[in-house]
Amino acid sequence: MAIFLNENSKVIVQGMTGSEGMKHTPRMLRAGTTVVGGVNPRKAGQKVDFDGSSLPVFGTVADAMAETGADTTVIFVPPAFAKSAMLEAIDAGIGLAVVITEGIPVHDSATAWAHAVATGNKTRVIGPNCPGIASPGKSNAGIIPADITGPGSIGLVSKSGTLTYQMMYELRDIGFSTAVGIGGDPVIGTTHIDALQAFEDDPETSAIVMIGEIGGDAEERAAAYIKEHITKPVVGYVAGFTAPEGKTMGHAGAIVSGSSGTAQAKKDALEAAGVTVGKTPSETARLLRDRVK
Amino acid sequence: MDLYEYQARDLFAKHGVPVLDGAVADTAEQQAREIAERFGGHVVVKAQVKVGGRGKAGGVKLASDPADAAEKAGQILGMDIKGHTVHRVLIAQSAEIAEEYYVSFLLDRSNRTFLAMASVEGGVEIEVVAATKPEALARIPISAIEGVDEAKAREIAQAAKFPAELIDPIAHVLVKLWEVFTTEDATLVEVNPLVKTKDGKVLALDGKVTLDDNAEFRQADHAALEDSASADPLEAKAKALNLNYVKLDGEVGIIGNGAGLVMSTLDVVAYAGEKHGVKPANFLDIGGGASAEVMANGLSVVLGDADVRSVFVNVFGGITACDAVADGIVAALKILGAEATKPLVVRLDGNNVVEGRRILTEAAHPLVTLVDTMDDAAAKAAELAAVGA
Repeated sequence: MAIFLNENSKVIVQGMTGSEGMKHTPRMLRAGTTVVGGVNPRKAGQKVDFDGSSLPVFGTVADAMAETGADTTVIFVPPAFAKSAMLEAIDAGIGLAVVITEGIPVHDSATAWAHAVATGNKTRVIGPNCPGIASPGKSNAGIIPADITGPGSIGLVSKSGTLTYQMMYELRDIGFSTAVGIGGDPVIGTTHIDALQAFEDDPETSAIVMIGEIGGDAEERAAAYIKEHITKPVVGYVAGFTAPEGKTMGHAGAIVSGSSGTAQAKKDALEAAGVTVGKTPSETARLLRDRVK
Repeated sequence: MDLYEYQARDLFAKHGVPVLDGAVADTAEQQAREIAERFGGHVVVKAQVKVGGRGKAGGVKLASDPADAAEKAGQILGMDIKGHTVHRVLIAQSAEIAEEYYVSFLLDRSNRTFLAMASVEGGVEIEVVAATKPEALARIPISAIEGVDEAKAREIAQAAKFPAELIDPIAHVLVKLWEVFTTEDATLVEVNPLVKTKDGKVLALDGKVTLDDNAEFRQADHAALEDSASADPLEAKAKALNLNYVKLDGEVGIIGNGAGLVMSTLDVVAYAGEKHGVKPANFLDIGGGASAEVMANGLSVVLGDADVRSVFVNVFGGITACDAVADGIVAALKILGAEATKPLVVRLDGNNVVEGRRILTEAAHPLVTLVDTMDDAAAKAAELAAVGA
């Protein structure tokens, strides 16, 4: 099963002919992803060769969907063009849009999100500023390295890219149903709660790791959701206990404002909801092992 | 980026939000006196610091004439307010205040939209109003697509129960303020207090603005608002080198890849450092590619901190292969030469880790200790920082 992305997903890449797209499209192909084409209005009609696969470039997302039956798009375009890329994907009604781009102004992300809601949430948006989503052995949309681990029973949802990789590595012997990097921006599409809900419903997932970090109240809201709705074991990790107030720690959304958004508050909320929270990534991995024994 | 009050005032003026005339001074005698003269002598002298509570701290004073303004400016300049040194004062016309209100627009992360907040109880910290008298604070969600027009602005003013005769003038201010919020790519614009003067005018007397750093590419004017003089010199150096660095007060320098992993590294070092009495000295995310140049720049910034006694390099090879990172470390130490004097604890994991570790082992640099796990490496780095004291 996996969540949001599986072996039947047909993936297009917005920005495939740019430097990030050229770097990551072949990686996705090697990971077994069914990439069926790219989008670039200035290069429509051309073909791009990646290790023997020749992928067509379409002028619009809608054209690409009509020609290939694509249901997923991965967006690599630079920040200045990301809003229109997101709006185009949403208007085309594609099922899943994975926005890798880092550095998108929040007014643009908020507008894209408002547009997704206003048009009936036909498109699930993951990101922006995220590593993407990987269902090992099935498909990989984004930049998560495919060789860290294989398929298995753990579901992972995380705000951070490298912590996602670290956790997949720590638990590589068990393997993952799906790992979703939801991104470190203040406004994101798919939330911890969306992923938790999907993992709860996914028969292949038997335990869930949830990684959060300072900023906002997404973890507190997820904790409340877990308490009410999640029956599978959940272990958590929160980064940023030592972050000073008022400083952005790498991710645009990772900031403690006044007394809100602290790691301690998130840990407390998760523990109150019955989630065991690790002090370090490796302790978190051990806690997960204890829960799935 | 948070702006100073005078910068917020300038942006308000630019977009037609009514403000009082004022100008900023960094010397008491010359500038402060001249500005006060220009504005008719009766002025208010306000410390420019990015922290609340400056009034209580004595950072806001009324002056009756230019000489008095110069004297008050002299008292305030150099003052320490909650750890912030006052380098500038805003000298503004004073107003006869009848009522104090509050209005703001901000990003509402939880609801992934924008929010208008307004209250007739202004002039105090709005968090206090929100906590003690929540019914006095109107919160109106704003669609990022629809924005704020006159009708929406009146809805906000009415929800906050402004007096009937003020609904239109306040709505006018709100429309202009929304213009500041959107055209300047702000994540917060706050006016506190928004005042009604005794002669019935509505004025923004004090403001707070936070600008979105991600919008710099289309906001060419914003770079000039950055206060590089007051910035930490190491943070300024890192910024010039395009590195994501935050200075902290500790002894263990930190370099890692990915914001989440680096935050996590700080935490793990803080735990490990408890028994040694040492703490992480900084946040430094070198991102995906750890080339020799990036690694050398990173090490140069971290070692530029005189308090640093050991450095923990924590890299998970995702897309970046560990052998490239190891090559980067070896080459960076060559580039730095005698500049590198502190022990380095390196932990590599992930893509091509065996080769990466082999490179570092063979290089056998006297400053480098290779440790297999993040927890053990943090413990080693903390121990070395304690020894180096």
